[in-house]
Amino acid sequence: MSTPEIAVVGFAHAPHVPETFGTTNGVEMLVPCFQQLYADLGITKTDIDFWCSGSSDYLAGRAFSFISAVDAIGAVPPINESHVEMDAAWALYEAWVKLLSGQAQTALVYGFGKSSAGTLRQVLSRQLDPYLVGPLWPDAVSVAGLQARAGLDAGRWTEREMAAVAGGDIESLLAEPYVADPLRAHDIAPITDGAAAIVLAVGDRARELCERPAWITGIAHNIDAQALGGRDLTRSPSTTRAAAAATRGETSFDLAELHAPFSHQQLILAEAIGLSPETPVNPSGGALAGNPMFAAGLERIGNAATAIISGTADRTLAHATSGPALQQNLVAVLESEAR
Amino acid sequence: MTQGNTAVEVLSGPLRVQFDYTRSVGPIIGAFLTGLRDRRILGVRGSDGRVLVPAQEYDPITSAPLAELVQVEPTGTVQSWTWVAEPLPGQPFDRPFAWALVQLDGADTAMLHALDVTDPSQVRTGLRVRVRWAEERTGTIHDIACFEPGEGAAAPAETSADTAEPVTMLTTPVDMHYKHTASPQESAYLRGLAEGKLIGGRSEAGGRVYFPPRGANPTDGTPTDDLVELPDKGTVTTFCIVNVPFLGQRIKPPYVAAYVLLDGADIPFLHLVLGCEASEVRMGMRVEAVWKPRAEWGHALANIDHFRPSGEPDAPYESYQHHL
Amino acid sequence: MSFPAAVLGTGQTHHVTKRADVSMAGMCREAIDRALEDSGLTIDEIDAVVVGKAPDFFEGVMMPELYLAEALGAIGKPLLRVHTAGSVGGSTGVVAANLVQAGVHGKVLAIAWEKQSESNAMWALSIPVPFTMPVGAGAGGYFAPHVRSYIRRSNAPMHIGAMVAVKDRRNGAKNPLAHLHQPDITLESVLASQMLWDPIRFDETCPSSDGACALVIGNAEAAAAVEAQGKKVAWVHGTAMRTEPTTFSGRDQVNPQAGRDAAAALWKAAGITDPLEEIDVAEIYVPFSWFEPMWLENLGFAAEGDGWKLTDKGETEIGGRIPVNPSGGVLSSNPIGASGLIRFAEAAKQVMGRAGAYQVENARKAMGHAYGGGSQYFSMWVVGSERPE
Repeated sequence: MSTPEIAVVGFAHAPHVPETFGTTNGVEMLVPCFQQLYADLGITKTDIDFWCSGSSDYLAGRAFSFISAVDAIGAVPPINESHVEMDAAWALYEAWVKLLSGQAQTALVYGFGKSSAGTLRQVLSRQLDPYLVGPLWPDAVSVAGLQARAGLDAGRWTEREMAAVAGGDIESLLAEPYVADPLRAHDIAPITDGAAAIVLAVGDRARELCERPAWITGIAHNIDAQALGGRDLTRSPSTTRAAAAATRGETSFDLAELHAPFSHQQLILAEAIGLSPETPVNPSGGALAGNPMFAAGLERIGNAATAIISGTADRTLAHATSGPALQQNLVAVLESEAR
Repeated sequence: MTQGNTAVEVLSGPLRVQFDYTRSVGPIIGAFLTGLRDRRILGVRGSDGRVLVPAQEYDPITSAPLAELVQVEPTGTVQSWTWVAEPLPGQPFDRPFAWALVQLDGADTAMLHALDVTDPSQVRTGLRVRVRWAEERTGTIHDIACFEPGEGAAAPAETSADTAEPVTMLTTPVDMHYKHTASPQESAYLRGLAEGKLIGGRSEAGGRVYFPPRGANPTDGTPTDDLVELPDKGTVTTFCIVNVPFLGQRIKPPYVAAYVLLDGADIPFLHLVLGCEASEVRMGMRVEAVWKPRAEWGHALANIDHFRPSGEPDAPYESYQHHL
Repeated sequence: MSFPAAVLGTGQTHHVTKRADVSMAGMCREAIDRALEDSGLTIDEIDAVVVGKAPDFFEGVMMPELYLAEALGAIGKPLLRVHTAGSVGGSTGVVAANLVQAGVHGKVLAIAWEKQSESNAMWALSIPVPFTMPVGAGAGGYFAPHVRSYIRRSNAPMHIGAMVAVKDRRNGAKNPLAHLHQPDITLESVLASQMLWDPIRFDETCPSSDGACALVIGNAEAAAAVEAQGKKVAWVHGTAMRTEPTTFSGRDQVNPQAGRDAAAALWKAAGITDPLEEIDVAEIYVPFSWFEPMWLENLGFAAEGDGWKLTDKGETEIGGRIPVNPSGGVLSSNPIGASGLIRFAEAAKQVMGRAGAYQVENARKAMGHAYGGGSQYFSMWVVGSERPE
């Protein structure tokens, strides 16, 4: 029996809003995503063999906050289901492994986060060394600022190049004041509440569900050391390793969706992956246009897949990140032809 | 269905996560913190010979346990910095300041701390800085109050007093505030309670009635938007008698925590049963709500102070056995 | 495409109320180093790491595997963190095994841990949420009403819960790593202990522990290398996970459908048609003693309503028809995030012949089981001394 071919056959996401009326359980944001996927694919929940989600209790301020999200599925009768306390891109990875092992033919992956419930940049400080760094409460914008400054001072990038990532009139952008020197408002992803869902399927099942499945021909993830002062913040070795495994050295893509909540990070990632400068990056606008935590990485995969499914691209790359200053990274390659 | 902020009016309330975590630090981090208390900064030698500061337990390249402690100077050079225009609670200053990654003399890595400057023009990569020690030092990262521009050690390192124990524990307080919102269905239920009504919901007419109503019916994900007013009487399905006090508990034990199946509802909910000896409470007992005085009502199930036996004959087992 | 997977080795810390001598990293690394030694491997030889842990609020670190990356030997490798409430330890084992079954990696380290003494588990489970009335009293208060329902349904005699407590604590006394060692516990002393959440007594309740458990899962080639050194591996014969909502109208809280479905899927995957006959030992997640008879029924070792009879007859003792929790179980040690993986590891140790003083003779097939949330998440596996066909 040959290795199963696995494809993204559907993608839906909730509107990116600064504050959802919905709860931190994500239910209100998720149900429309599921309904859209069922309608798009002509399936019901019983057609899904395996469910996997990504979220964080810390966004909700409650332990077990992901449990109520299961209500959105209608898990009666019981489902084969798992959860990662990570961006849902890693939930997709777990689902991909499940399909690869032959233990399921279809999977629905979802992620959600209501960042507006807390003070996100403060909440994320809880990811830092709990003994020697966390007690100082360095917020996530400051951590990114340290990374941006390191690159500026080393000549790795310029404020102009950062503004170019954000898009729009560069001179006007550069005329804006710093929000957190060296970061300006356009360099920082907005607080976004949201949710996203993707359906994966194997081989012929994928072909039944979708005319032009987005085949995952490579997917890998990797992590760097945590001490901020102990690594070169202007590079992302874990992205390079993940990309090497996922792309196997072939780095030409019709487009790349990179999960960069800060503008300079897109520059780091493009270099780390080895993208050629002509590759369109983040036609979706990327995280700078909307950064629903714990779904944003999954949305990169969804957008990269949609380009294949809609016939506008043949080979795309998606990336997701987790942790402070690009500590952990996932890279996926999607193609119109299974290999 | 639009999902913007103005689409639906929901109730919200503050959620506070507050705790003083007590952490055991182990020998290496303990040595580092003990050093800070003595105005000494310790790094550890990594597998590639680099001196890593702060001292850490495991090597960033090989994951090997590290043990060779190396003292470094309290002076160093800024490797990177960023400006904090609006400090958050818990940060080292409550007015604008800079964070800096500082590589101390003798170290090969940089450590993160605050830098006492009052304007970004006062800081740059390459700036020479020194540790400002806190007056009172207890073996935490706050023993370094911050960095300040300048050369030369501010004070010589002490040697440990013979009687001072090495640091083994660290207390790290956390206090975070969230805005918790109720779902639209829960908000309808809470508004009902504020008026003395018990509002349940079902997905469609004839469907199972949920109390409280839900954003997603857990059997099929549909909202239970068809609202139903329920009487404040019902049946105890099952219960326990809580004898044990615990941190965060609001009701004084012993008390009966019981699942009450309201007449007309298809799922029980947890509440208190009082008004009789705990030992008299039984599965199947019929109960009725005892409301608090109206002046004390809010958006809360606690408007019902408790349920008490109604005096009716027990409900037959068959009437609630499928709700266990 | 499913490749064979086997447990090459396991390791645990000695579970205690509060580890004051190590950091979180140090505690995890103790279990990891023991598992590596048990497997005859170095940390470099591990291809990927899967971490499991219960709610991050217990330790107050968000996504702590990020901070722990060096300690876990994960730098430069793939690192996944699963979280399925109390069943997470089991899910960690299932996901780690799946990585090998799918042919993605050859040697995967699974590590599950909890250092809940850094906060207070009851506090973390009871953070006051607006609009909710705080009637519940932690996990014990949550499950006690459902235990009452079981007793009512099954007409089980009231001493059954105490019997389980006595058995598990005496077993735990044979396990050097167990938190509670109570070799002299008796039925009388348990029945005399304080009623905490009637009908659950103090001595029928799990402790709160700091602890970690690790195991290494390898492919056929890695297993052969271990066997060449004269040691046994534990082959994964099947895994299953099922979930259902916490509450829904008509939900069976005592004998949850998700548990029944998971068990049915597991037995099918492992080629088991009569669990009572074919399973030699079961490590089942029993945090409150009455869950032993409840889970025996839920898993299909006994018909509905009859689980307590197996306990009553002594069949769940070491030497009985279906020894349950010879390690002492969750009643003897409960680092919440680790407990499920501990069950999985203890099952493996039995078929590897490494269970020391609580070894079940001739154990060839063993089950590990974990549950979480409001008895809604289930993860379980069957391991065996023989490679499955």
